[in-house]
Amino acid sequence: MSAIAPARPSQGKARDLATRKHAPRANRRRVRAVALGALGILAALIWVFPVYWMVLSAFTPAAYLRATTPQFLPLHATTTNFSRVLEGGDFATALKMSTAITLLTVLAVLVFAFLGALAISRWKFRGRTSFVLAVLFIQMLPAEGLFIAQYKMLSSVHLLDSVIGVTVLYTAAVIPFTIWMLRGFVAGVPAELEEAAMVDGLSRTQAFLRITFPLLAPGLVASGVYAFLQAWNEFTVALVALPSQSSQTLPLWLRNFLSASANRGVDWGQVMAASTLIAIPVIIFFLFVQGRMTSGLVSGAVKG
Amino acid sequence: MSHDAALGVPAHSGPAGPAATGPAATGTAPTGEPPAPRRRRPPSAPYLLLVPAVVALLAGLAYPVGKQVVMSVQKYGLEQQFGQPPEFVGLDNFVRIFTDDALWAVVARSVVFCMVNALLTVVVGLALALLMRAVTTPVRLTLQVCLLLAWAMPMVAGVTVFKWLFDYRTGVVNWLLVKVGFDGMAGYSWLSQPMTFFFVATMIIVWMSVPFVALSLYAGLTSVPEEVLEAARIDGASGRQQLWHILLPMVRPVLSIVLLLQIIWDLRVFAQIRLLQDAGAPVSETNLLGNFIYELGMSRQDFGGAAAVSIFVLALTVLLSWPYVRSLMKEDA
Repeated sequence: MSAIAPARPSQGKARDLATRKHAPRANRRRVRAVALGALGILAALIWVFPVYWMVLSAFTPAAYLRATTPQFLPLHATTTNFSRVLEGGDFATALKMSTAITLLTVLAVLVFAFLGALAISRWKFRGRTSFVLAVLFIQMLPAEGLFIAQYKMLSSVHLLDSVIGVTVLYTAAVIPFTIWMLRGFVAGVPAELEEAAMVDGLSRTQAFLRITFPLLAPGLVASGVYAFLQAWNEFTVALVALPSQSSQTLPLWLRNFLSASANRGVDWGQVMAASTLIAIPVIIFFLFVQGRMTSGLVSGAVKG
Repeated sequence: MSHDAALGVPAHSGPAGPAATGPAATGTAPTGEPPAPRRRRPPSAPYLLLVPAVVALLAGLAYPVGKQVVMSVQKYGLEQQFGQPPEFVGLDNFVRIFTDDALWAVVARSVVFCMVNALLTVVVGLALALLMRAVTTPVRLTLQVCLLLAWAMPMVAGVTVFKWLFDYRTGVVNWLLVKVGFDGMAGYSWLSQPMTFFFVATMIIVWMSVPFVALSLYAGLTSVPEEVLEAARIDGASGRQQLWHILLPMVRPVLSIVLLLQIIWDLRVFAQIRLLQDAGAPVSETNLLGNFIYELGMSRQDFGGAAAVSIFVLALTVLLSWPYVRSLMKEDA
């Protein structure tokens, strides 16, 4: 203690001397710090502006949106745009469709991917490496390179415009990444914990259910939210698999809402209210999982 | 075999020898030893666990891929629309599509669009990541939250907002341009000219993709040990030297993966273009590969031709994905 305490003031004095000697350089450094800070704030504003503008326009009366000078602050907030959108009725139908597809996809993905992740992270078996390799390649296949064949497949089994058809396609598209993500979580729970519980008299199943499963909960939540986001936001596959007007999901509905509005001069307030309604649940859920998604996508690079 | 080898044995990554003597311990997974037969757990368990996932992948992806290969060698003409079974035509579809200049125009446009967007995204993302390192914590947190909000936006909502921002009559962009002196921009219709159409598309894609790149690269930059930079400073390295000789080389693996992912993702851009075309753009001059396939298949009912182009896109993706998949496999070892 006593040896460290007197050392501090002398260090401080040395630093003072140093700054005084390099005063111009310190000044320049301060200017640079302020400039960088301003640049950071500017970048933040640029990236958040479209989101802000969407929400702001959604609450702005149509008369102000048509004005030649835009309003940048919510001075005349109204919820008329939202009630107009909800009155339309199509929204409820699309919401029902999106909810059904999303829930089924999340459920199927969680169960299937969890079992798959368990298999590849707790066992070494013949074909394991090929399976992992196949999964990683499959997750890269673009929907844009497959949707015509998927359309023909669904139409041949009469599953166009059906919840089941889209759910099968979404489940297959989301499973590879979720297996990969969950594999990390399962591998992160040391099997020694289970072994220890078994030494204490639990059966293997009991040990798994009571010890391992609770520890995997965060991983399952993250995977579930990921599947939710994919199914809720998806546009391309839905466009071909749900051709009829009566079976739209929310993204398709938003597109048609804008097109329909364009015929009589777009009412941007209502269109932005519609966008906001779709975006809000997504933004909330997204903030839960984003850390996992960043690290999951580039983890190989960080380690290698 | 299970991971549960080496109960309490510290030499976890060592050879299987000592671990195998334990009662419950067999192969050590980390070393990649071949599995030893095990009595308590039948070896069929992992296969059974994989069945649901494999069935889903077969139904949703593998079967369509197979069907696509079949479709690509079949003719879908007028007779087929009236219920005739498609006839086998060999490689006719490929020959027909790939000798058509229209396809090559789309390919060239897609490649240029992809490269410009991917490079721009990574350069801007890297700049923002370095900026986050340089600024104070409150500024950095503000920037991170704003990037996350942009990243979280559903794609369709994002494109819709940009259409509103670039609206020719009451959009903010034209208002701002007129305000700073570009009077000619009053009422300018961005989406009806191919050049400005792609400018808007690039803005949307860069805006949507930069958050992921910036946050990934920032995570990579913070993992550079402070002692290394400290040592460089003591040796008299300037800020620029630290950047070029320490920071960038150390984040190079993340940088290359992120660039590769952007190239793969930007090559498949479809929905953004499709949604922007709704505003009345000249479709044939603004189609990218995905849009070309969609138009061939869904509008012209030329499923054979669409399948042929799709196979080309899939092959290109698999080729480009190889380094990325290899880097992920490294982690799995």
